Amino acid sequence: MMLLQINTPVPKDIPLPLPLPEWLLVTLLIVSFLFHIIFINLMVGGSLVTLWAQIKGLKDKRFDNFAHEIAKTITVNKSLAVVLGVAPLLSINTLYTVYFYSANALTGFAWILIIPLVTIAFLLTYLHKYTWYSLEKNKTIHIGIMALAVLNFLVIPLIFLTNVNLMMFPEKWGTVKGFISALLLPNVFPRYFEFLGACIAVTGIFIVWYNGRKNYPVETIYQDQFSRYDLKKLGYSIAVIGLGLQILFGVIVLFTLPSKGIGYDVIAVMAGAGCLLAFALWYSYQSLTSDKEHIDLHFKKIALSVLVFMLFYGGSRQMYRHNALEKHQELMAAHTAEFQRLSKEARENPVEEEVELEIDPSLGEVAKGAAIFKMNCAACHKENEKLVGPPMTEMVSIYADNTTGLKQWIKAPGKKRPDYPQMPGFSQLSNDDLNELTKYILSIKK
Amino acid sequence: MFHLDWLNDRFLIAAIAILHVFINHGLAVGFIPYITWLEQKGVKNAPSNQITDLKWDNLIYQKMKVAFIITTTIGAMTGVGIWFSVALVSPASIGSLIRVFYWAWFTEWTVFVTEVVLILIYFLTWKNSNTSLKAKVRHIKFGWFLSIFSWITMAIIVSILGFMMDPGNWNTDKTLLNGFTNPIYLPQLLFRTPTAMLVAGVFGMLLTTIFAKRETEIRKKAIKYAGQWILAWTPFVTAGAVFYWNVIPQAMKDNMSTAVGTMEFAQYYDLLKYFIIGTASLAVVLGVSALLQPRKIKFAYVIVPCLFVFGFLGIFERVREFVRKPYIIGGYMYSNLLREEDYPLYKKDGILKHATYTAVTEITEDNKLVAGRDVFMNTCSRCHTTQGVNSITYVFERMYGFGKPLDENSMAAYIPNMHNGRTYMPPFPGNKRELNALVAFIKHLQQTGEGLEGVQTTGVDINPLNSAKSVSENIENKENSQQLTQK
Repeated sequence: MMLLQINTPVPKDIPLPLPLPEWLLVTLLIVSFLFHIIFINLMVGGSLVTLWAQIKGLKDKRFDNFAHEIAKTITVNKSLAVVLGVAPLLSINTLYTVYFYSANALTGFAWILIIPLVTIAFLLTYLHKYTWYSLEKNKTIHIGIMALAVLNFLVIPLIFLTNVNLMMFPEKWGTVKGFISALLLPNVFPRYFEFLGACIAVTGIFIVWYNGRKNYPVETIYQDQFSRYDLKKLGYSIAVIGLGLQILFGVIVLFTLPSKGIGYDVIAVMAGAGCLLAFALWYSYQSLTSDKEHIDLHFKKIALSVLVFMLFYGGSRQMYRHNALEKHQELMAAHTAEFQRLSKEARENPVEEEVELEIDPSLGEVAKGAAIFKMNCAACHKENEKLVGPPMTEMVSIYADNTTGLKQWIKAPGKKRPDYPQMPGFSQLSNDDLNELTKYILSIKK
Repeated sequence: MFHLDWLNDRFLIAAIAILHVFINHGLAVGFIPYITWLEQKGVKNAPSNQITDLKWDNLIYQKMKVAFIITTTIGAMTGVGIWFSVALVSPASIGSLIRVFYWAWFTEWTVFVTEVVLILIYFLTWKNSNTSLKAKVRHIKFGWFLSIFSWITMAIIVSILGFMMDPGNWNTDKTLLNGFTNPIYLPQLLFRTPTAMLVAGVFGMLLTTIFAKRETEIRKKAIKYAGQWILAWTPFVTAGAVFYWNVIPQAMKDNMSTAVGTMEFAQYYDLLKYFIIGTASLAVVLGVSALLQPRKIKFAYVIVPCLFVFGFLGIFERVREFVRKPYIIGGYMYSNLLREEDYPLYKKDGILKHATYTAVTEITEDNKLVAGRDVFMNTCSRCHTTQGVNSITYVFERMYGFGKPLDENSMAAYIPNMHNGRTYMPPFPGNKRELNALVAFIKHLQQTGEGLEGVQTTGVDINPLNSAKSVSENIENKENSQQLTQK
């Protein structure tokens, strides 16, 4: 019967107030995450596009050149993605301290693997970028480098998503055994593919903008391979694919969401987000099929709607998280308060036994000294034989007529014997205690 | 709790953090002024009809490229890695710190974002700036500006570090200002600044020996300049290090209950003295020989001092960490992540009853070993492993003799008093029964050589006393009794 019981842990919260009002922290979290994710999208999407274009470039030289241009942007975008990630990390750590850290610990190895994996991926993107000409004759190796980087970039978001998913379900913490079991919780994969769609979509829009800049010398870079118009069209077609994937998987995400955090508010915001995506998709398709003069007509609309979509999406995730954890947070707060109360009570009425010296009256006038010895020295010194330090009988033979010397030694010992570890000093003992202690030690008969 | 049973949890943080400090100090804070200085030399020494000596400029650019790639990959990721690893190993302490220092870290973050953007601009506009003298001068000015910026980033983070080291303040005055005014802030900054410059100079010279061809004029010049740079900073490094070295025992005294340092600390502290002397003399030798015999300087000669100055920085970090003990947040939280003020409660009820994750709450003869395991996980595992680095069996065998069977009674007598003798150890928080379970577990570890895996592999056992069910029942009972008394 016990096996069937649902067991949800209620940890204690950090008993310190939040540094800011909750709404402000939430705002900071959503806004800073928006900036972070845009550059993450560009980093992952840029790598995917580069890899695709470079493979296509084996047959069609024009795409090789295109791949080179996009590759140059990855290393910049990745640097920004990382630094911009620190603020949302800080904010989520502050807002959901216990939930986030619990999820981290439960997926520990995978979680810490993010650091070396990202580092390796970054080094690979540099290697790829700076060997563009020197590996021109060995295209397979060069493309292999990018493929490895892409592989890393595809694994890393999965670890992140597993964590932010796991943190919302304390009721699952007792059943999770390592990363893989957390990965298989519902909703991780649909969100992952939705994310990949977003990477491709944002990169597509970025490519349109990047190639539309006035001071970007398309003519010298591509000569007559690609015109600005061609490149923009390429960008729009990438965006259309990405947006399409996003809508498809967005719908799956909505229907596979575990019910506990769902509310009409969440559904409404998600539906709004979906409409924005559909809007962006429609106009991207329009731009793709339009003629040269009208290719820029809808750009602002598309970029803006995707940006607002991201705010909506981030907002809906936060609402879901809030709903999902609300009850548990109340329990945790009550539990923490109760613990604080108990702790205060215990502080005010400390248990006496440990503090008091255990005095054995039968020992007469050395009883106190014996008790002090037991508390401070007995772990290392015995009466007749060597334990950690020398036996007491040896102390007596050295210090029988030199109480001051013994006291000094206890306070600040040196290292005398090569085959013994050095003794730590006991300067915290009062003079009274030292008198009693040495009286006891020297009372030991050989 | 997350637990690495072989490497030790603290080792994970230490490895990431020290790598980060090396890169941040050596390749950013110190390196950027060094590079800017050399870039400026190129313009100054160029023939009057040219903007800069292009060959020279290219050598400096290559050095910067190495630093740029390392800082934006390993440097940046180890920075984030500190957050990740601390969150895994020491969640309660970082969770507490973040609630107090949110703004400090947020400010630090904005400075940091700016720093990264500036580094990107500085490096990526380098080649373009070579087209006109005006652009080149602007680029150099930009380099100096960036140097100041990266120094400010360090100055802020040292303050946060300083606060964490500063005992007592946590309980009274939780502001960042305290970090700036605490007694080891200034010594740390005065030590770190020139040391960063020195590390940069030595590393820069190492890169010269790699990039510049033998017997060329540029190589000779670059090595000479590096020698000048090293010699100029060495006195400051020595002064800063001695200053820092002198204030450490004071910081230590304030934190520990006893005035005299422990033996482990004394060993480190002594070693530090030799490291200061060794590093300073090595730096002088390297600097002087670079000035006198620049042609003879080879990669093999520079790599040794280079490793040595990195080690110098590392050992200071190690000692700084040691000063903190037995606390992780001075006067507030012990290094086992338990708050000092909760100790009376743990003494009364035992630690397991209040642990979120434990399989045992009432200890019996039958579950003694499991209970001991959970006590170990909750109170010892942040610093000790079972069989790996700094393992619990090793530390007891070191005391009672290697190879000898451990005696449960001796250990049980020792543990409650260990904080008196080994002042870097926090007091044992649990009750008598838990103590007996713990020593039985330690004995079992010695007998069987078994290890202990963290929750990242085994998952968690939820303490039924702290499950949602019993917590809500508690709340309901309370409400009911309140209603009854009101009636």
